[in-house]
Amino acid sequence: MAPAKKRNVSSQPNAKRAKIDLEGIVERLLKSRKHANDVFDILEFLQSEKEKDVICAVNACCKLFCTLLERNDLFIGKLPEEDEALNGGRSAEEKYKIFMRHRYNSCVEIMLEHLNHETHEVKESALCCLMKFAAEQGQHPLEDLDWSEHFSFPRELIHAVVQTLLSQTSDNSLLISRFQEFLEMEDVRYYVMSAIRENVATVMDKNKGAVLPVYQSNVFTLMSNINMPSQDSELTNFMVKQEAKHEDWKAAKLLDHKRAFERMWLGFLKYKLPNSMYKKVLVILHDSILPHMSKPTLMIDFLTAAYDVGGAISLLALNGLFVLIHQHNLEYPDFYKKLYNLLEPSVFHVKYRARFFHLANLFLSSSHLPVYLVAAFAKRLARLALTAPPTALLIVLPFIYNLIRRHPSCRVLIHKPSAEDELLEDPYLMEEEDPALCRALESSLWEIKTLQKHYHPDVAKAAMLINKPLPEQEDDLNEVLEMTAYELMERDLKLSQSKSVPLEFEAATHLLKGGGEVLGQHFCLV
Amino acid sequence: MGKKAPKKRNLADKVRKTKTAAEIKNNPFEVKINRKKFDVLGRKSKHDVGLPGVSRSKAINKRKETLLKEYRQKNRSNKFIDRRLGEYDAKMAPEDKILLRFTIERQRVHEKRDVYNLNEEEELTHYGQSLAEMEKFNDAVGSDDESEEKGLLSAELTASHFGGGGGLLRKKTSGGDQLDEQSSQRTRSRQELIEELIQKSKQEKRERQVQKEEAQELTEKLDQDWKSIQALMVKKTPKAEHEDKPEEKPKPEEYDMMVRELGFEMKAQPSEKMKTPEELAREEKERLQKLEADRLRRMMGDEGGDSVQSHAHVSADDLNDGFLLDKHDKKTLSYQDGKWNIAEESEGDKEEEAESGEEDAGAEEANEEEDEDSEEEEEDTSEDEDGHSDLESEQESENEESEREGEARRPPSLSREELMARQEAAKAELPYTFTAPESYEDLKGLLHGHSPDNQRLILARTQKCNHPSLAAGNKLKLQKLVGFLMEYLGELATRSPPELSAVDKLIPELYALCQMFPEAACKSMQSILGDAAHSMEEVIEVKGLAAFPTLDMLVYLKVTALLFPTSDFRHPVTTPALLYISQALTKCPVRSLQDLTSGLALCCLAVEYVSFSKRFLPELINFLSGTLRLAVQDKASAGCVVVPPFRPSGKHSDLLVLSSAESCRSWSETKLPLVSTQQLELNSDLDRDHYRLNCLSTCLDLVKRCCLLYKDLTSFTHIFQPIRTLLSKHLSRQNLPGPLQELHREILEAISSAPVTHTRLVFDKKKPIPLKLFTPKIVEILDYGKKRGCTREEREKERLKHKYKKEFKGALREIRKDARFLAREKLNEVMNRDEERKRKVKMLLGSLATQEGEWKALKRKKRK
Repeated sequence: MAPAKKRNVSSQPNAKRAKIDLEGIVERLLKSRKHANDVFDILEFLQSEKEKDVICAVNACCKLFCTLLERNDLFIGKLPEEDEALNGGRSAEEKYKIFMRHRYNSCVEIMLEHLNHETHEVKESALCCLMKFAAEQGQHPLEDLDWSEHFSFPRELIHAVVQTLLSQTSDNSLLISRFQEFLEMEDVRYYVMSAIRENVATVMDKNKGAVLPVYQSNVFTLMSNINMPSQDSELTNFMVKQEAKHEDWKAAKLLDHKRAFERMWLGFLKYKLPNSMYKKVLVILHDSILPHMSKPTLMIDFLTAAYDVGGAISLLALNGLFVLIHQHNLEYPDFYKKLYNLLEPSVFHVKYRARFFHLANLFLSSSHLPVYLVAAFAKRLARLALTAPPTALLIVLPFIYNLIRRHPSCRVLIHKPSAEDELLEDPYLMEEEDPALCRALESSLWEIKTLQKHYHPDVAKAAMLINKPLPEQEDDLNEVLEMTAYELMERDLKLSQSKSVPLEFEAATHLLKGGGEVLGQHFCLV
Repeated sequence: MGKKAPKKRNLADKVRKTKTAAEIKNNPFEVKINRKKFDVLGRKSKHDVGLPGVSRSKAINKRKETLLKEYRQKNRSNKFIDRRLGEYDAKMAPEDKILLRFTIERQRVHEKRDVYNLNEEEELTHYGQSLAEMEKFNDAVGSDDESEEKGLLSAELTASHFGGGGGLLRKKTSGGDQLDEQSSQRTRSRQELIEELIQKSKQEKRERQVQKEEAQELTEKLDQDWKSIQALMVKKTPKAEHEDKPEEKPKPEEYDMMVRELGFEMKAQPSEKMKTPEELAREEKERLQKLEADRLRRMMGDEGGDSVQSHAHVSADDLNDGFLLDKHDKKTLSYQDGKWNIAEESEGDKEEEAESGEEDAGAEEANEEEDEDSEEEEEDTSEDEDGHSDLESEQESENEESEREGEARRPPSLSREELMARQEAAKAELPYTFTAPESYEDLKGLLHGHSPDNQRLILARTQKCNHPSLAAGNKLKLQKLVGFLMEYLGELATRSPPELSAVDKLIPELYALCQMFPEAACKSMQSILGDAAHSMEEVIEVKGLAAFPTLDMLVYLKVTALLFPTSDFRHPVTTPALLYISQALTKCPVRSLQDLTSGLALCCLAVEYVSFSKRFLPELINFLSGTLRLAVQDKASAGCVVVPPFRPSGKHSDLLVLSSAESCRSWSETKLPLVSTQQLELNSDLDRDHYRLNCLSTCLDLVKRCCLLYKDLTSFTHIFQPIRTLLSKHLSRQNLPGPLQELHREILEAISSAPVTHTRLVFDKKKPIPLKLFTPKIVEILDYGKKRGCTREEREKERLKHKYKKEFKGALREIRKDARFLAREKLNEVMNRDEERKRKVKMLLGSLATQEGEWKALKRKKRK
């Protein structure tokens, strides 16, 4: 009873006893209402400095209030003020319920605060506890309504949890990934999605659309953790069961889920995003967002805006655009012109190189493209290949060959016997942005001729192919798309075993000598 | 040889004998002509004419001799054996047999008579020859024709001796005798004749003995003479001379010995001519040309004739233990200078032997070492320099031959005195034998605390002591040593401060080891490169960028270029190394002057790697243009394209911008220390500016080299476009110090002088497909008929199979014939028996009938 005594107990050596005590208190509280005031001790522990105590208290609270909710020992309906209720003429039973309901509310508040605790264990146990409350509350709603007409779901509690999860100050990705487990439940997911939408709208409006990196990354983490079901029949896992009219419940319908999902994403993407977030969104856009939207065409604005940004973001937007063009009849004027202008030296160095070339290969696989366009692409890629690393070259060269194979009229790029003896300067205009005007068809792929002298044997061999008519069969790009420099190197490292190793016959005498002495000319040992 | 047995007579001969061969062959009823289908030119056919009757009779007779006998003997336990002398000897004529039997009979009678005749001297014989005589023959010289003579003798003897009975066989020896005999033939009895014969033969024998002794004496004399002149003509006696005298018969042992001696005698051969310096130079040139051609072939990537090894100082039948290598090197060294002569060389060899002996004996022979010290010293310097000095000389000659060898090497004599002096000091403490290190820790312990020169000496000696030719396990040990040494080099480079001079000293040793064990060196270098690339890849996967390689990797890359040819189209070590360099140049961002120094060192390495093959390395150009861009002050106006790892703007994009223009004046070019890739301390702004200018000058020089390297590429202008705009528009010449202005100008000239026009691309001209030729394809057919297997084993198998089949058929046929023959014989037997029985019954009946008749007649008589 006496708080003073309890404070003594909570000292370090008695931590274990505290736990036992807490369990005892919970038991006592549940046994008889006489000990109702002991609940303060638990709440005090809940606010303690020590993580262990806090975790113990969280568990105790969880047990206590879950049982109380189950027993309907909490006041239902609009909660009167505590003092007023205690003084007023109510029955002892009612007074007890009101008292306990107040304690429950304060407990939930503390728990929500704990979601921003420094230690992960506390956060996690608080989150679990809150979700258990939510589950119990769903079964035994605290609102006094006609449940035959309404769907019972602890919306406020979920909203509060989501709000705390989407912190503006700390990165909650760990906790959010823990929260994903609860998102497996259909109703929770549904209400979380709507909660996110509302939360994003209010927060971003309050900040007048400014970029909030931490908050937005939290939102993104939470949203990308949502796994949407693909069929109605998959909706089986509910936290709260509605006895009647379960069929009518929005949370039980896939279409509503999709709508909520779509609104949530659109609401999020409406605001300005930091660059890294842009990329992250675009990376997952085509396979985890677009398929789950009810109207994917709503993404057109976002994607065209992203495509116009330039650089890596444009490359990534390609994927989403492709899905829209391919499956949703999107008409995109000057698509190829923009694609052409995306080709820059950095294309060969970015992380998304494989994805880009895969898509570019798809876009250019149409046989209805005009010859000038294909020639322009081939020529530009060849020109850019002069700065590319070998792994990229092993993609680009087959890529160009495939283009020429698909469009035999492009063969003049590598074979123009009619003007064999004519000496000419390269007529191709690298700076021209319009592929129709860049005069690629008048040029030849001298760059590939240059690459025949490339230092890497595989590249040189690939470049040698233009000396002869290309074989009919198209090269399969998928093998080389993901190849890394180390894999390329391993080929040579493994190759050696069979044959004898040629050696340098010029004897080595000094570290810096030999090989033209370039190193020796510019560097000294000390 | 004379005693060859007369050809075995078989039944066929007997059969043929009955009629003469000609008679049979001419009898058209005997001859069957086998019809030939085709006449094949040049083929001899054995079986065009057959004599079926003859061969049948032959076969039947043979069966009678063998099968029939067996059949008759069947189920019989007793057997009749004819023990008469020579009964089964088909070789003997019946007359001979009779003669022999007669002799034996006579002898028996004689023996019986002599049983009691104790005192009479009797000659003991063996095979009819006197034992006493045979004993005398023992010491006779056995020669090839001896047996022949003997055989003749015995044949004659037997013929004359025992042939007395048969007057037909008597030989008419001489005319005089003939008369004599004719007159006295009847008077003399047989006894007398034989005695006469014996006398004659004894006389002959004696004569022969005398002759033999004379011959022996003569041979002995000849031997003596031979020995006296043998010494004079040791070398040039051809074998034939001896074979000319088969008559002379030295004692068997001596002769054998002599023959062997002669066989093993070293034949003096014309000694090799001393080569003139011109010849040597020419040889060296040829060798280098061959190596060069080889290198070019590999550069083009021909995989075809790869049998030729690049290290040509290893002969074709080298055991890969590197032993010959040393010898060879030494020889060229001794001849190269011209002053060295054979005596000196042999001295050197002796010394080496002595040294190796000492090595075996270990430290006990320290005193001896002291005695030989001076010599040793000489030897040692040349020894440990041998990698050095002869290589030096090689290079010198190479300088003469190849123009691309730009700079003269360090003259060897310069450091020799120093080395000598140092080794004097070191000699006192360094032992001569080292065990090969078993682990990396061992190697570290071995080299710990020694000066770089001593470390090198230690390694050289370890290598010598554990030469593969000395013991079985040494090869493996040294192979391991290669890996340890590589690791050690890396460690030296990672120490702080890096001990690069030690690395420098160890390079020749590593090179020598690598020449011995290319596989081991290749493998360890590969693992180093693989590990480094792998770790870099991991970092890149996480961060997208990586840090520049550390100093040890730079050292490894340089060592790779020293040990392995960088110009090969594909090489198991250099190709990955180049890939590593390019990866580092694209993925490592330049964040400080140290990074820049590393990058420039990598660029230098890259230029070295491709300097000979002139291969295109895009990353190199990218990095150099990025570096130049770092020196541009106004980044915004320099709108040219930036290739990663450089960024268009950022806090590290002004690394090479000078803080004050004044520093240009006080700047003079110095070499960049390799150490500064790891740590760089620049205190004042002036120092920093000077360092920047150094970097810039290096960069410009590399650009110039690249321009020269790549000027033949078709896209040269496009490759150097960014550099050209940078240099001409943004990095004006006025702000640079003098030497850099010069470089600046040269580069721009080189770029602008390159041809901009090119012919269009066309496919290679197709080789015309040759018309089908109708000349017959000639295939060697070894045996006609069915197609035989291709390999020797298959053919052999086919042959055996065929033979087996033939034999099997033959055997089957024979068995059938046997059965038929037996059946016939049985039938014959039965018929004979029946006939006999019938005859007997008839006879009995006849006798009974007579009896009956007689009895009836008697009865009738009585009645009457």
